[in-house]
Amino acid sequence: APAMADKLGLGRAALPEEIAAWDGDVRPDGTGLPVGSGDAIIGEEIFATQCAACHGDFAEGIGNWPKLAGGMDTLYHDDPLKTVGSYWPYLSTAFDYIKRSMPYGNAGTLSDDETYAILAYILYSNDLIDDDFVLSNETFLDVEMPNADGFIVDDRAETEYAQWRGEPCMENCKPEPVSVTMRAMVLDVTPQEEAQAPAEETNVAETAAQAEPEVVAA
Amino acid sequence: MSDHETGNRPSRRAFLGGAAAAGALTAGGARAQTPDPLITEIQPWAQGFGDGVDAVRYGLPIEYEGDVIRRNVEWLTADTISSINFTPIHALEGTITPQGCAFERHHSGAIDLRKEDYRLMINGLVDRPLVFNYADLERFPRENHVYFCECAANTGMEWAGAQLNGAQFTHGMIHNMEYTGVPLRILLEEAGLDTAGDLADKWVFVEGADASSNGRSIPMEKALDDVLVAFKANGEALRKEHGYPVRLVVPGWEGNMWVKWIRRIEVMDGPVESREETSKYTDTLEDGTSRKWTWAMDAKSVVTSPSPQAPVTHGTGPLVISGLAWSGRGAITRVDVSKDGGMSWETARLARPGERMALSRFYLDTHWDGSEMLLQSRAMDDTGYVQPTKAQLRAVRGLNSIYHNNCIQTWLLRANGEAENVEVS
Repeated sequence: APAMADKLGLGRAALPEEIAAWDGDVRPDGTGLPVGSGDAIIGEEIFATQCAACHGDFAEGIGNWPKLAGGMDTLYHDDPLKTVGSYWPYLSTAFDYIKRSMPYGNAGTLSDDETYAILAYILYSNDLIDDDFVLSNETFLDVEMPNADGFIVDDRAETEYAQWRGEPCMENCKPEPVSVTMRAMVLDVTPQEEAQAPAEETNVAETAAQAEPEVVAA
Repeated sequence: MSDHETGNRPSRRAFLGGAAAAGALTAGGARAQTPDPLITEIQPWAQGFGDGVDAVRYGLPIEYEGDVIRRNVEWLTADTISSINFTPIHALEGTITPQGCAFERHHSGAIDLRKEDYRLMINGLVDRPLVFNYADLERFPRENHVYFCECAANTGMEWAGAQLNGAQFTHGMIHNMEYTGVPLRILLEEAGLDTAGDLADKWVFVEGADASSNGRSIPMEKALDDVLVAFKANGEALRKEHGYPVRLVVPGWEGNMWVKWIRRIEVMDGPVESREETSKYTDTLEDGTSRKWTWAMDAKSVVTSPSPQAPVTHGTGPLVISGLAWSGRGAITRVDVSKDGGMSWETARLARPGERMALSRFYLDTHWDGSEMLLQSRAMDDTGYVQPTKAQLRAVRGLNSIYHNNCIQTWLLRANGEAENVEVS
């Protein structure tokens, strides 16, 4: 440990009530979970009034709003569907996030029991629990998250850095003359600020590109 | 020039205007045929008054620079509250980003938090959990550093192909500011870390005061190294949209971890695995597994001019190729520029020696003969890392990583001076 500096005596002691008010994080092993419970049947009603306007009646998502259910076994597809069921490694994250930051625009208003119930409904919508399963601080770790083992710690040092180091090519770096293989104007999804004529037809080789709305999706 | 060429607005007006004058300008030193009335006639600004010193107490750019603004891309997100906008890097020079057009990324909007209402809590495995108010923070020893903040998703829309037409859109989730703040290390020491024991396996969890909270876990080694709790940027208070009054500055690491409106720092014996480090900011590989904790932003560069929003309007002859390079793992040591899509390269000139985890400006002063060019730039940092091509990145990661796209960018500069975002073989 580095040498500790002298304290300046700034700030004041945090009171237990203050820490309790702000420290709500829940860890993968369940640390931080409040006492409480709820099931999918109760959760469905709450979800319908608090969540479904954006996330759909079955957590399937509406429009560009996040899908919370579905997408099982799609992670290796061209267009993976990443949901609580198909992607999220830990249930703790869902409790923590829903309790603190949802509903969007009215965050922090759900009780602990409501949060358990909503989460049970999301799990049910993902076919991960039966409708009689009561999710609580005690049963929390009984739920198996399908993608719990789907993550590796950043391995760029091993898989990338070694091969991209060193003196790069400066002359005659490609075997064939360089040609254009894809053009942004073909897709034409860049915001425009005044009227314009349509894009010229071209005979440049084109690969169909898909706009990717999930890059910064909420 | 064809009427139905498309360029990215709003530069088209400038382009058209410039093209009309191109004949006269191309020759460079050509003799004027008739005297220029801007010289031979007394102009109003040379005769009467300009504005008094009391006209503007805090100024905005002159109206003719109305192009140099943030832009958003509606289809990227479900709404504009949890969304992104883009810095107009195509129009900027040097390295410091003007705060007023520096990009924003919020998850529950830009909140309004007065200094009087501001509180920062440090709790968890500390000797004494503390609450600071804003004034407390200004009494700790300060440091000043220039760092880039790049969104992990910068260039993310380009994984599948050439999509958005302009450096602002492809590379503009970035800003670079001079921060003033207190090292996080000093605040942690004030709370005391003896309770935490061996710090090697400890973490801090940081979260904001906004509804999204944006909680992220940071290993203690980084927290004690160079992380700043910042309250000024580019000399003045943080802008509201950048975390006023206090944000975290995490040099070299993905922008999501630069928690704004920071309200709590908890020392822990492990990561929280919060939403922003599981559901988001994890990078899915081709086989369906995903990298997590991809914190550092690797070496990257882009030619900012010429570019789709910054076409060449002056015809052939001398041409300044200007661009930005940066690395989250150190200082930029060199940038190469290609005019032929990567077949051959010339080493550009760094405007200043590279600084660690900060933007560097590079230039290639060249002569344009009017033929098509495929412009690229390739950054190198002081670890010896060379910025890869998109093909190299895809070979390792596939197409679904979303984040951390630091590939070499290609602009097709046409004979008429317009530029387009393309991919090349």
